[in-house]
Amino acid sequence: MAGAASWSFSENDFKQIQKHLQAFLRDSNARCALLVDRNGQLVATVGETPQFDPTAFASLTAADFSANDQLAKMIGEAEFASLVHQGERESMFLADVAKRVILVVLFDQRATLGLVKLKAKGAVENLNKVFEEMFNRVGTGQAQKGLLEGAEDEIDKLFG
Amino acid sequence: MSMINYASREINCKLVYYGPGLGGKTTNLEHIYGKVSPNTRGKMISLATETERTLFFDFLPVDLGTIRGFKTRFHLYTVPGQVYYNASRKLILKGVDGIVFVADSQIERMEANVESMQNLYDNMAEYGYDLTKIPFVIQYNKRDLPNAAPIKDLQASLNPGWPIEEATRQKQTPDPAHPGENLVEKVGADWVGKAAYHEAVAVRGDGVFDTLKAVSKHVLKTLS
Repeated sequence: MAGAASWSFSENDFKQIQKHLQAFLRDSNARCALLVDRNGQLVATVGETPQFDPTAFASLTAADFSANDQLAKMIGEAEFASLVHQGERESMFLADVAKRVILVVLFDQRATLGLVKLKAKGAVENLNKVFEEMFNRVGTGQAQKGLLEGAEDEIDKLFG
Repeated sequence: MSMINYASREINCKLVYYGPGLGGKTTNLEHIYGKVSPNTRGKMISLATETERTLFFDFLPVDLGTIRGFKTRFHLYTVPGQVYYNASRKLILKGVDGIVFVADSQIERMEANVESMQNLYDNMAEYGYDLTKIPFVIQYNKRDLPNAAPIKDLQASLNPGWPIEEATRQKQTPDPAHPGENLVEKVGADWVGKAAYHEAVAVRGDGVFDTLKAVSKHVLKTLS
């Protein structure tokens, strides 16, 4: 492999993802759910609009998950499929989806960790299916050819 | 691993600034952060120690504008340069689309440069990535210092070239940044490819955007 593969998803995939996340939020009473790819790119946000910079949040989430992945291996575990960060008022629950994406759930006192974990299990199963189908269908190889033809001029323009 | 989101019409690419400790990787990002309009960049995140040494990474998202109706967003990362942070350094390389190697031009840092370059090759190989086939630019930083090594010596140590075996790539390719030099050329009976390089004084911002432009252009080219 020359470098990392690309992946892309369609509007329909996006709607499916949103549908599952919305159902999960309704059932768990969590505030917000984000999907972040393992490289730190934000894929989707559903629920209350976060008050923080979601791009920075996504990159830190991916780093957090990757660091914990390595810690798991060091203690002889294949992975930590989920992580919890519990605060006084706000908490986070993170779970692996299809080995490529991380589901991040933000919740407060209105939800309980037990309920979030329970409902997240079902949501992760549904999302796994969506992502696996997506990867099978579009592949994870090269991005669509010709998509950026003529981009160089625009980059030149940007940097002057 | 670039990600194309057709729903929000965004293309996201990941660039990593690699190199020996105190070479100027974070300084590159700080300069970009300071110069790019706040509308086109996000917040800069630095996971650093109390002494301002990078502990895990620095992160800066920059929008390069809209191309073909897609917003192109580059996520710039630096790695911790210090040798003993290799585990976290390797994590940052995961899913990388383009690499900038920031070399410290000072003669005294030559060994550290070579060691870091070797470490980059090794870490990339562990992920199954081939550094000679992905967008890769070398920045020779600190050119203003009196003890800076000549470019010729730096090139010989850090960018000696690699064999080009695919027939389609075996054609002389001039280096747009250095007239008279080639990125791909025939040496004796073999075709040899080199990484593009730029000279820089990152604390003053010299060469910082040239480097970023070169690598991002190359990344977008791989998508076209």
